Amino acid sequence: MSTLTEAPPPLAPPAPEQKPPRGRGRLVPYWLLLPGILWLLVFFLMPMVYQASTSVQTGSLEEGYKVTWHFATYWDALAEYWPQFLRSVLYAGTATVLCLLLGYPLAYLIAFRAGRWRNVVLILVIAPFFTSFLIRTLAWKTILSDGGPVVGALNTLHVLDVTNWLGITAGDRVLATPLAVVCGLTYNFLPFMILPLYTSLERIDPRLHEAAGDLYARPSTTFRKVTFPLSMPGVVSGTLLTFIPASGDYVNAELLGSTDTRMVGNVIQTQFLRVLDYPTAAALSFILMAAILIMVTLYIRRSGTEDLV
Amino acid sequence: MMTTEAGGDVRLSGISKTYGSFTAVHPLDLTVPQGSFFALLGASGCGKTTTLRMIAGLEEPSSGTVRLGEQDVTALPPYKRPVNTVFQSYALFPHLDIYENVAFGLRRRGIKSVKKQVGEMLELVQLGEQARKKPHQLSGGQQQRVAVARALINHPKVLLLDEPLGALDLKLRRQMQLELKRIQTEVGITFIHVTHDQEEAMTMADTVAVMNAGRVEQLGSPADLYENPRSTFVANFLGTSNLIEAEVDTRKGDDIVVKAGDCKLTLPESRCSAPTTTGGELLVGVRPEKISLAHADDAGGIPPGRNRITGKIADSSFIGVSTQYVIDSPVCPEFEVYVQNIDRDTRLVPGTEVVLHWNPAHSFGLDASQSPLAGTTGAADTQAVGEEAA
Repeated sequence: MSTLTEAPPPLAPPAPEQKPPRGRGRLVPYWLLLPGILWLLVFFLMPMVYQASTSVQTGSLEEGYKVTWHFATYWDALAEYWPQFLRSVLYAGTATVLCLLLGYPLAYLIAFRAGRWRNVVLILVIAPFFTSFLIRTLAWKTILSDGGPVVGALNTLHVLDVTNWLGITAGDRVLATPLAVVCGLTYNFLPFMILPLYTSLERIDPRLHEAAGDLYARPSTTFRKVTFPLSMPGVVSGTLLTFIPASGDYVNAELLGSTDTRMVGNVIQTQFLRVLDYPTAAALSFILMAAILIMVTLYIRRSGTEDLV
Repeated sequence: MMTTEAGGDVRLSGISKTYGSFTAVHPLDLTVPQGSFFALLGASGCGKTTTLRMIAGLEEPSSGTVRLGEQDVTALPPYKRPVNTVFQSYALFPHLDIYENVAFGLRRRGIKSVKKQVGEMLELVQLGEQARKKPHQLSGGQQQRVAVARALINHPKVLLLDEPLGALDLKLRRQMQLELKRIQTEVGITFIHVTHDQEEAMTMADTVAVMNAGRVEQLGSPADLYENPRSTFVANFLGTSNLIEAEVDTRKGDDIVVKAGDCKLTLPESRCSAPTTTGGELLVGVRPEKISLAHADDAGGIPPGRNRITGKIADSSFIGVSTQYVIDSPVCPEFEVYVQNIDRDTRLVPGTEVVLHWNPAHSFGLDASQSPLAGTTGAADTQAVGEEAA
């Protein structure tokens, strides 16, 4: 820092710019990376290694666990809990689609039509985060409670007949059914869909809409051929930000669901905290991670986002 | 496919646009003959782009109608108008390659086999090799040509160009001016070109409409506008004019003699756009390149019958083909004179007393009630002051 107070030596030739930075300067990027790397080492990599070793241990709580490279735990876990895996993917997938259907029109309006209300609406989108996730989910428990106004209205409108027939509600209840869990997931992850969608829609030059209109595209065609393709980066990141956490979520299934709607997150939580079967819980976590990685890779490949500007 | 049958004139009648209390375009009548290259010229904010956007259908006029040939298109949305636009900074679709950008309009109109047409159009703008590139991989000039091709392929009745060369550097701009002119001659479609660059408008257009503050100041061929400006705005905006405040003295046949200070100047009445009652005020204009400069010692050699003014050289700058002098004269404080560098008189340095003389036929007369500074650089302020005073 002392150099800051000194005037540079007047006769020193100006340093040529193309020369690589010397001495301390060259290390600056690494110093900047260090806190993040340390953080990830301690809070991500170490637990991962620990969990990986746990998943191949055998033993019991009383006798202690030993690493025995018992990979069979993975097969056993998968064989026993595949319905919960499937349900996780199904619920999270449905919630993601619902988020996209609800979030896209809203993001579109904020980006192109909100005018001076834009920031207000954006704050409203984030506003739910000011309250705890748990409290909001508990509120849904009240909203969907048996005999409550929502269930009453759905009953009167014969919506429940349809959902009963589809098998996503049971009898006169919405709470403790798949519908309630999917609704909770959709609600909780909606902002994660809207924000990336908004960001990518907002970046679209409105003159592209004018150009499409000028070139004989009616508004619906303009949307299909110009707006939607250009918003693909937002669609992809929005769906990922919704689907990934939703498929590992257990709070919605716990509070709004029943034993018939248990997702893999609930199983992992139970295995870790109630059954105390650490190897199985760890194995389930790794299977979930691998499954998400594979699905996400396939999805990104298919949607071809790397081709977009 | 749209055809360009006869009677495809663009007719604007009483068209205007207001935003709240601000009037962008005052009611305007304009006819652009079919097949012409028409330029709307004016400084930014003069309403030229708004006018263009009303023809395209991107802006709804507050009053008036837009007709293309026999068809009233005022109420049609842009996608139903047989008109295409080359947008300022092009608005190419970034997710589509050049081929698909050009094919966009054809595909929207349900034309299945676009290959031949797109190929021909890309040849016309010399971009056949780039068909599979994305817009961001092309240079500015190439993107500009794609934008032209994308619009022209639809054979519009009118091609609208909104400052299409604004983003290009000077050299490329020159080249594209000629290119656009070539394409226009080749396809024979009406071009309406919006620009703030007077040189660009004059180089390319058959007819230029000079716009100022939401109104058309004057309309005519580039040479006509340059030689016979009818307002101080046009006189200053197109090139440079020297404007001398004078008083009408007498008439002499078809000429008017005016008094400016103690000089008498003559100008043809036919080139006078203001009333010329004796004793009335008049602004006498003359272009800087029409003037000859003589050293005060040589004043005797000036042929009779020419307008003359005395002054002192305040500044001179050598710019190669010519030398530009600023003369401090009692009748006009900053008189500009451009002298071709044929036989340079080395005595003509700042401080020298000189006589300026020119053929009276090269003078024009303007209404003295206008600000003599309208249309010059920094005119926005002086104009505002002028309007308040008026």
